[in-house]
Amino acid sequence: MSADLSDLYQNVILDHNRRPRNRGRIPTANRSAHGDNPSCGDQCDVYLRLDGDRIAEISFDGSGCAISQASASLMTTQLKGKTASEAEGLYKKFHEIVTTGKEPEDMSDLGAFAGVHAFPARIKCATLSWHAALNALHGDPAPATTESHKD
Amino acid sequence: MSPTPAAWERIRDQFPILDQKVNGHPLVYLDNAATTQKPIAVVNALDRFYARDNSNVHRGLHALSMRSTDLYEGARSRVKTFINAREPEEIIFTRGTTESINLVAASWGPANLKKGDVILLTEMEHHSNLVPWQLAAQRTGATLRYLPVTGDEGLLDLSALDRLLTPEVKLFAFTHVSNTLGTINPVAELCARARKLGIVTVIDAAQSIGHMPVDVQAIGCDFLAFSGHKMASVTGIGALYGRRALLDAMPPWQGGGGMISSVDFLESRWKPSPERFEAGTPNFGDAVALGASCDFLDLLGRDEIRRHDGDLAREARDRLAELPGIRIIGPKGERGGLVSFAFSGVHAHDVVTFADEDGIALRGGHHCNQPLMKRLGLTSTVRASFYVYNERREIDALVASMRRTIKFFGPLD
Repeated sequence: MSADLSDLYQNVILDHNRRPRNRGRIPTANRSAHGDNPSCGDQCDVYLRLDGDRIAEISFDGSGCAISQASASLMTTQLKGKTASEAEGLYKKFHEIVTTGKEPEDMSDLGAFAGVHAFPARIKCATLSWHAALNALHGDPAPATTESHKD
Repeated sequence: MSPTPAAWERIRDQFPILDQKVNGHPLVYLDNAATTQKPIAVVNALDRFYARDNSNVHRGLHALSMRSTDLYEGARSRVKTFINAREPEEIIFTRGTTESINLVAASWGPANLKKGDVILLTEMEHHSNLVPWQLAAQRTGATLRYLPVTGDEGLLDLSALDRLLTPEVKLFAFTHVSNTLGTINPVAELCARARKLGIVTVIDAAQSIGHMPVDVQAIGCDFLAFSGHKMASVTGIGALYGRRALLDAMPPWQGGGGMISSVDFLESRWKPSPERFEAGTPNFGDAVALGASCDFLDLLGRDEIRRHDGDLAREARDRLAELPGIRIIGPKGERGGLVSFAFSGVHAHDVVTFADEDGIALRGGHHCNQPLMKRLGLTSTVRASFYVYNERREIDALVASMRRTIKFFGPLD
C-alpha cells in the first residue's frame, strides 16, 4: 500500500468507521441538521442537545465512505461539552488539517485526518458532518451541502 | 460498412491512452459506462477537420463552408444509417443524451401534455431521463408514474404494465440498458405495447448505442436519445432521433440563427427539422468525429461488440460472486457490459480509492440513479464497465484488487 493511502486510512479512522461512536438519534436532542454531499450521495444527520451555549450531547447518523463516517464519529467525541465558538474554532483547525495536511500538535485524534489532503476529492467527505453540526448549532433549517461551501 | 475480424486485432493499439501506468500499475480502465476512450481514427477525424476543413456551416458560399457543410450533413446521414432512421431529417444533433431528452420534454411536453395526463417512467431511469420529465410535469400539470423494478435482479416488472398503461398515459420514457443494473430492456415489446394505445415512446440509449445494434425502425420508438462520448466519440456531441411526423408538429425549444425560415420584428417562421431544433452555430466539428466513431464501431461489428462486452461482464459477475460479503445487482442471465456490486461493511468510495491504487478505474456512488438505489435499499455501488479494448486479464486484476480491499477492511459484518 502506498504511503498516501496508509496515511489516509489510519488506524484511528478505521476504528471509528468500524465502531462508530455516538451513532443514532438522541431522544433528548433539541437541535438537528441534515447534510448532503450531492456528488457522491453521502448523507449525515447531526443531533444536538444544547444546554445554553454548550453542546451537552451530540450524535450522528448517516451513510458514506469510511472517511465520512469516521470523521462524523470522531467529531462527536470532540464537540461534546464545547461551546458554539469553541466548536467553530475546532472546525477551522480541522479544515486546515484536511486541506493542508499540517498536523497541529494539540489536535489529538483529529490529526489522523491529515492524510485526506492528498485526496482532494475526499475533503468534502471529511467535512460533511462538521457542516451539519455547525448548521445545527446555528439553528439553520437549510440542509448543509458540501457544494455550497468552499472546502 | 461490414465488420471485419482484422479490426479486433491489436485493438488496444487504437487507444494510446490505455498504454500508461497509474500508481505504478498498468492502467485497467473499467469506467466505460461513464465515458469510453477514443480511438486514433476518431481523434484523427477531428484533427483533420480542424486542420483542413473548418468553416461555419450552411449559408456559406465559399469552398470551405461548403466542404464543412457537406461533412456536417454527411455525419447526419452516417448517424441516420447507424440507427436505421428513415431519413437524415430525423436526426437532430445535440450535446448528448441529456440535452436530447430535455429537447423532447421542453418542446413536445408543453405542446402535448395537460393536467390529468400521465408520464410513465421506470424505476431504473438515470436522472437524465427523470428530472426533465419532472420539470415537464411541473410545467404542464401532468403527473409521473413508474414501472417497478423486480428487486436485485433488476428487471422491469412487465406484469404491472396492464395496470399502468391507462388512457391517461401520453408518454412512456425508458432506458434501453440500465447504467447501474446492466439490464437490457425489451424495448421493442415496450414500444409495441405503448403504440397500441397511441402513447409516445422515448428511449434513453446512452448505454446501448455503443455496445449493440440499435435500429429505431425495428424497435419502433418515437424518440431515441444518445451521446457520442459513450460510443468511442468525443464529448459535447450526441443526437436525438425523432419520428418525422412528430418532429414536424413540435415547436422550437431554443431560438436563434439557422432555425428560421423568415424573421420579422413581431414573429418568425420556423424551418422544418432538423434545423428547427438546432438554433445557433451547431457543433459540426464534433459531429464529424461522431460519424467517424460510427465507422469505427461498424468495422468491429455491433453484434460482436455486444458479445464481447456482455461476456466480460458476465464473467466478472461470476468471479466477483465468489467474494465474501458481496451483493451483486442486475440480471443473472444476459446483461449489458457492466456489473454493479456492494460489499457489506465497505463503502463504494473506499473500494474505488483502493482500486485506483492498483491502477484500476472504477466508479462508485449512486450513478445518477438515486431513486433506484433507494428502492434497492442501497446508498451506493461499485461499478465495473467494459468496452471493446478490455481483456479477461483485467478481470483478474479487478478480482485481486477487490480481495485486497476486503482483507484490509475486514472482518465484515
